[in-house]
Amino acid sequence: MRADYVNLVNTHTVPVRFMYHSPETLEEALRLMREYGGEARVMAGGTDLIVDMKLRRKEPKHIVSLNKIRGIEYIVEEDGGVRIGANTKLRSIEKNSIVRERFEALYEAVRSIASVQVRNMGTLVGNICNASPAADSAPPLLVYDAVVKARSIDGERKIKIRDFFKGPGKTCLKDDEIVTEVFIPYPPGDSASTFFKISRVSMDLAKVNIAILVKLSSNVVEDFRIALGAVAPTPLRIPKAEEYLRHKPLNEENLNIVEKIVSEEIKPITDVRSTEWYRREVSKILVRDALNSTIKKLVRT
Amino acid sequence: MKIELIVNGVRRVIDVEPNELLINVIREKLGLTGTKYGCGIGECGACTVIVDSKPVLSCLTLAVEVAGREITTIEGVAKNGRLDPVQEAFVEEGAVQCGYCTPGFIIMAKALLEENKNPSRQEIIEYIKGNLCRCTGYINIVKAIQKASEKITLKERKTT
Repeated sequence: MRADYVNLVNTHTVPVRFMYHSPETLEEALRLMREYGGEARVMAGGTDLIVDMKLRRKEPKHIVSLNKIRGIEYIVEEDGGVRIGANTKLRSIEKNSIVRERFEALYEAVRSIASVQVRNMGTLVGNICNASPAADSAPPLLVYDAVVKARSIDGERKIKIRDFFKGPGKTCLKDDEIVTEVFIPYPPGDSASTFFKISRVSMDLAKVNIAILVKLSSNVVEDFRIALGAVAPTPLRIPKAEEYLRHKPLNEENLNIVEKIVSEEIKPITDVRSTEWYRREVSKILVRDALNSTIKKLVRT
Repeated sequence: MKIELIVNGVRRVIDVEPNELLINVIREKLGLTGTKYGCGIGECGACTVIVDSKPVLSCLTLAVEVAGREITTIEGVAKNGRLDPVQEAFVEEGAVQCGYCTPGFIIMAKALLEENKNPSRQEIIEYIKGNLCRCTGYINIVKAIQKASEKITLKERKTT
């Protein structure tokens, strides 16, 4: 560890000068974002942003805190899915019975994020807006085809989660937009989903994470969706693997081919957490384990 | 800017800078040095305090963000000069070694037992995974939390 790194994080004040705004309405927040746009950062839980500012990876001149805005902290069922507001803490999501029962992969992913303290502070919307390639909530949201609702002064825009991530730390959001909500449609009936991750200790960011969703009809795969994180500049679905397995029986031969497709389709790099080679190899194991676990859930119900 | 906090039941009005972290207010401005500074990036849990009944990290919380909220630090755990059952259990089980991580662990144990009076060993381990003990005294810490849970159940039975 570099000495300057230690000094930077061990500060009692954030080593960046900024103007702090805590609007009480969303409209006010949107006006601030229009005014300061490129120089402002939206803060929900702050667990990523404060660390990035301590390390001077980000030096915003303005912080627009969502903290005092009422009415954006909710988990509600509506229109064939569930809506999760921008201020909803990860801890509330893992404790929600709808999420636990109907969105198993999201439940498992959220529970695996960092610690109880971090989940009491951090939000689902913050997790995706931070756009880490290793974001644990991303693979489940990808397999459920979630929709991100972004607002600016000009109005609301719905973005498919598949189009949302643009690169490490980059999203398709415009400078003046704030994500207000994520809508997650219910998965197909009689399907099951699973999230897995490989990390050194459970607190760590993932070396590789994965979410899959399976629906069987008389031993043939009717629906298969698979998404992986930390294996490319953005979390990604693997359409080639999905198309291959659809309408095929789940046997050893097909499983081997799906594993091979996944390890070829991903574009991992070597970094502090893992190597390219390991990520390709372990992805195969994760595909197999996640499929096994999902089939067990289907058999149980 | 001036903010108002209720710290361990006492109202305090404090002048803070926008970039000032809650841990600085607690340690430097209020002199409550029981809360420790560990890693500074949310990995170790030494700085854990309770804000409105939820354990959070004071090293990643801007002081301005918690204006008007209720904060409990390790100094607010013992009541009327008597140790809390969690603290007693930590002493009895030898769960304190160098002591640096102890305030964070005790705050987490308090929060866990508020949520779940009889946690299983697995539930305890999951709940405290964001707290590091560099003396590696985890076995005794888990034992202490189990014992605290028993103490609290026993106490309730006596009073009812």
